[in-house]
Amino acid sequence: MMPATARARAQFDVDGVRREFPVLARLVHGKPLAYLDNGASAQRPLAVIDALDDYARHHHANIHRGVHTLSQEATALYEGARDRVQRFVNAASRGEIIFVRGTTEGINLVAQSYARPILQPGDEVLITYLEHHANIVPWQLVCEQTGAKLVVAPMDSSGTVHAQAVEALMGPRTKLLACAHVSNALGTVLPVRRLIASAQALGIATLIDGAQAVPHMSVDVQALGCDFYAFSGHKMFAPTGIGVLYGRAPLLERMQPWQGGGDMILSVSFVKSTYNGLPYKFEAGTPNICGAIGLGAAVEFLAGLDLPRAHAHERALLAHATEALRGIDGLTVIGTAREKLGLVSFVVAGVHPHDLGTVLDQDGIAIRTGHHCAMPVMEFFGVPATARASLAFYNTFDEIDRLAASVERARRMFT
Amino acid sequence: MELKDLYRDVILDHNRAPRNFGPLVGATASIEGFNPLCGDRLTLRLRLCDDRIADIRFEGEGCAISTASASLMTEAVKGQTRGEALGVFTRVHRLLTEDGAPVDGELGKLAALSGVREFPARVKCASLCWHTLASALQSGEPRELPAVSTE
Repeated sequence: MMPATARARAQFDVDGVRREFPVLARLVHGKPLAYLDNGASAQRPLAVIDALDDYARHHHANIHRGVHTLSQEATALYEGARDRVQRFVNAASRGEIIFVRGTTEGINLVAQSYARPILQPGDEVLITYLEHHANIVPWQLVCEQTGAKLVVAPMDSSGTVHAQAVEALMGPRTKLLACAHVSNALGTVLPVRRLIASAQALGIATLIDGAQAVPHMSVDVQALGCDFYAFSGHKMFAPTGIGVLYGRAPLLERMQPWQGGGDMILSVSFVKSTYNGLPYKFEAGTPNICGAIGLGAAVEFLAGLDLPRAHAHERALLAHATEALRGIDGLTVIGTAREKLGLVSFVVAGVHPHDLGTVLDQDGIAIRTGHHCAMPVMEFFGVPATARASLAFYNTFDEIDRLAASVERARRMFT
Repeated sequence: MELKDLYRDVILDHNRAPRNFGPLVGATASIEGFNPLCGDRLTLRLRLCDDRIADIRFEGEGCAISTASASLMTEAVKGQTRGEALGVFTRVHRLLTEDGAPVDGELGKLAALSGVREFPARVKCASLCWHTLASALQSGEPRELPAVSTE
């Protein structure tokens, strides 16, 4: 159990923040919902729900192309969201914040618009063993297209990626390092700051998959020094279908557009089109306007929280969950890196994760079961799937205790 | 909908101690079933004698529902003709997918699978082995057959 001192240290107003998330008050199968699937998608606060509602009721129109009032209001809201995101991750300029569908699209954009034109046969793209499929497959595709080689840095049996092991694979043919900031399957935090510095010293471009980091820690892209940083709105309390690719302006300026269409051009003739400036060069077509506005609202909501305390609360929850689960017979935590954030993956001997997921659901507890789009990680640990409880600051110690009790109930049922 | 409707004693028993589990010496057909969404895999091996399933065994890893379903299936169809076994497949398929259909009296122990249809996310777990069997029986000549997928 959680020592009283640790609880006192994590004085985050959980009850207060829970009132901001209406869905947390609902029942599932007659039990209070314990939502522990935040790594897959987090819930939305009233601030986001209301922003979407207000936009739909009062301001919707297409952006950047109307002189009428609604179009100007929609444009101001959409671009205002970009400004908020820029401040939230401390990008140097608003043009460096490109709205995309999510982390996956952000990575594909970099693979196709940055990497594809520069990769030569024999060049290398360096990733790590614990990547999500979204940070593997886009590089496999671009390697097939260019004759470049995908190089995979190892992790150890705790699920830790050691900086030296990655640096040992950085060579004269390495053109790009793409790695997670936090692993979605294991919770491992990668030593990205050091890796970015090492890559930079060798002239290697860097992309960080921040999908699982941004909801759990303060991210400053300039302090990190990476060339690209991608993240998703729906994992940070915003709607689905919106995300951000941050890119350093000098690189973005040199890159070809990702898709062609409206908004990304200045002029079009049948001979030649002139592309628009940043960030619009990479935002072809009418974008996800309400998604971006929702993301802006989520960012503002987060900025209004006591984030250091919120993050401390999450760390205390993670420590408590790890300890409570480890007390269960036959349970193995998958991923025991010293630096972890936001989630605990585990297996229980004799209980398949899907059966566990069904039993927990009947107790009102939502977790994710499966391979978490990280099949190489599952193979590494010799399991077909894991159960994963992933946290947000609105989770409580009581929910973690219910999780442990329900897992124990499942164990008794199946073994 | 109650958890014990899904995980009946018969299901839990067949999950803990699956029947006809392991390799099959002298198999005349071998077929793989795969559920890419959850990673369940099973290999079904049959020894067909004339038109009859002389022996049937399975291997693989999956959840309690998929393991118990495969175990119950091997018990049910061993010794049956191709036509009889396909008849059982049709009945089980109906049991798993048709809402509110009465439980077929001829299903015997297989009726334990009737709780699955109340848990739509788990229907594929139960049906994977049956689709794999149907594919093996419908494909004529015994050989290595292409894998069956739920997707």
